[in-house]
Amino acid sequence: MSQSLMLGLELAYWQETTIRVLLGLVALLLLTGAVVYLYLFKFVSFMQSRLGPMEAGPHGSLQLLAEVGKWLQKEDITTDNADKFIFGIAPAVALASTFLMFVVIPAGPNAVVADLGTGIYFVLAMSSLSVIGILMAGWASANKYALLGALRAGGQLIAYELPLILSVVGVVIMAGSLNLQDIVAAQADGAIFGWTGIGNPFILTQIVGFTVFLIAVQAELTQTPFDMPIAESELVAGYQVEYSGIRFLVFFIAEFATAVAFAAIASTLFLGGWDLPASWGIGDGAMHVIGPINISIKAVLLVGVVFWARFSLPRFREDQLQQLAWKFLIPISLANIVLTGVMKVVF
Amino acid sequence: MTAVTDRQKLQYIAAKAADARVNVELETEGMTLNIGPQHPATHGTLRIVARLDGEQVIEAEPIAGYMHRGYEKLAEVRTYPQITTLVNRIDWLGSFANEVPFILAAEQLMEVEAPPRAQWIRTLLFEMSRLGNLILFLGDMGVQLGAVTPAFYAFRDREFVLDQIERVTGGRFHPNFDRIGGLKDDLPKGWLADTKSVMNKVRDFCDEIEELLMGAEIFTARTRGIGVIPKDVAQQYGLSGANARASGIDWDVRRDNCVGLVYPELDWKVWTHPDGDSFARFWVRLQEVREATKMIDQITDGLPSGPIMAKVPRIIKVPAGEAYVATENPLGEMGYYIVSKGDLTPFRVKIRSASFNNVSITPWILRGVYVPDIITILASLYFILGDIDR
Repeated sequence: MSQSLMLGLELAYWQETTIRVLLGLVALLLLTGAVVYLYLFKFVSFMQSRLGPMEAGPHGSLQLLAEVGKWLQKEDITTDNADKFIFGIAPAVALASTFLMFVVIPAGPNAVVADLGTGIYFVLAMSSLSVIGILMAGWASANKYALLGALRAGGQLIAYELPLILSVVGVVIMAGSLNLQDIVAAQADGAIFGWTGIGNPFILTQIVGFTVFLIAVQAELTQTPFDMPIAESELVAGYQVEYSGIRFLVFFIAEFATAVAFAAIASTLFLGGWDLPASWGIGDGAMHVIGPINISIKAVLLVGVVFWARFSLPRFREDQLQQLAWKFLIPISLANIVLTGVMKVVF
Repeated sequence: MTAVTDRQKLQYIAAKAADARVNVELETEGMTLNIGPQHPATHGTLRIVARLDGEQVIEAEPIAGYMHRGYEKLAEVRTYPQITTLVNRIDWLGSFANEVPFILAAEQLMEVEAPPRAQWIRTLLFEMSRLGNLILFLGDMGVQLGAVTPAFYAFRDREFVLDQIERVTGGRFHPNFDRIGGLKDDLPKGWLADTKSVMNKVRDFCDEIEELLMGAEIFTARTRGIGVIPKDVAQQYGLSGANARASGIDWDVRRDNCVGLVYPELDWKVWTHPDGDSFARFWVRLQEVREATKMIDQITDGLPSGPIMAKVPRIIKVPAGEAYVATENPLGEMGYYIVSKGDLTPFRVKIRSASFNNVSITPWILRGVYVPDIITILASLYFILGDIDR
């Protein structure tokens, strides 16, 4: 962090931070756009034996711009009974939690906004902020469907925080650090029984943690089969029901940007992050370029898994969803922690 | 509704107790949730007013009539051939099936019988409209439970069936094809062979849906044991069709009281399920689609030749009298009670449509369930709004 960003320019701290934040924002939004087009528009359409958008640009590739333009033009309605201030800032709170998560995810040897010592701890703390935005939206809308959706979201997000955190603990034990750069380095430098060919991506040793993490992420993102808070066939759109225009757009961006952020975290924790195995002997200079591409590909592929599940499965009922978290995921991740600790001592 | 059972009493008492409990201890109060008339789960304009304690329903009341079009009254000022246009729009997904019982009742009054070929083709199109209706149900059940993809498969494969109906009748949704004394036209050339291949596609679709939905543990968990209708309650509320058969009532108008159609000459089976829950209703309808494809195959093989129209006067006057004919429509038992005074128009037409009775059980069955299960139960009861409101 103390080094200057690039090209040997000497930059003041505030200049460097501004550049990092802007680049981080652009990266997040670009990835979100790519994910929405690739999966929400195209991948899903092919799953459902249809074509998806085809008119705007080649194969509908500009459809996203058209959609954003549509939302920007629409009237931003605030209902009479709504708590107008809270109603207005709720989407911003949801989006802010996503951006804050993205701050500590490294995309290269130096490409990180803030290289915190407790990186993963920060990410998990920030991810739970989004539930406040959702509760605010649901309560301030003064709508019964929104209220039901928000309360469901509250219960669900809090329940799935636990397996999310517990599944990460195994990785932290393996890497011996909470810092995401250290976790990446531990995977790149690692060895599988002395063989360093592919480093030691933690998905191999932490496959249980990886699975639990993905399931918990699916729930945190409120995607089917955990989309009880949205549940368009019962609650119409849950906490989003009164939102329109740009505020709905912000919720929409928050939803998919969070998917990208969680996928980036999952690939950092379990798939080796931006780094390639140390034994391949690629220098730091090349990794400045390869790193961001590497983690982007991994993250986008992982988001694909989220969407694959979303469009294949029916949704859980609230009580079944809680049972899955408390009776299945949490015990399993606790057992995983114990096993990881024992193995760490033994080997 | 007067049918009171022990289970209903118990649920009612438990719900009242729950209401009192939250009021005293937490100083909370119940909430009235107005589901509909415009709500994605009611696919039309059914309104359900549910009183909730948290997410549990204390009582729910269906309110029909938002789409009442007055067909019974309109039928009194239409000639008999004109009425089929109206009744097409009752159950709009299986429209041809709506025409048949009306035409059969009118034929009964006129003492006309359609020639054999017309009867066979009627049965064929009747089962085709059952496919058009129930295939959509199979996909829609997934949507209501959160799985969007099966609905697209349903729309895709229903299109083949609708294409076949269109080739015969000229209309995808409103064929208006049945006539007193026979049919408007004969089948087009090459149609029977194409129908066979469409039936294969429909059977593949059934296998696909079975794998996609019934193979998913979440689907089973969401539907098994949800919305159980015991046999006696189903009878008391006058349920018919697959809803009754899923409660173990072995009654099918096609087999037990068939008038004017050729079901007795076909080899098929009436499926029942002992459970009476949402899963059973889904399962019975899935089997019915399979049976319908088998029946259509048999009809295309054994279709007799001959005329398709009996001798009827050009201007149809139905002799004075009364007739009631019911058939097993996709949604359940549908019947027309026609009173004629010998005019060009009927004096009175009473339409017994299946969905109205099927949906009347909702206050009983929704009491004590949770909000997500309201949707499961409504989806599995399977109503078409046009069939409720007429």
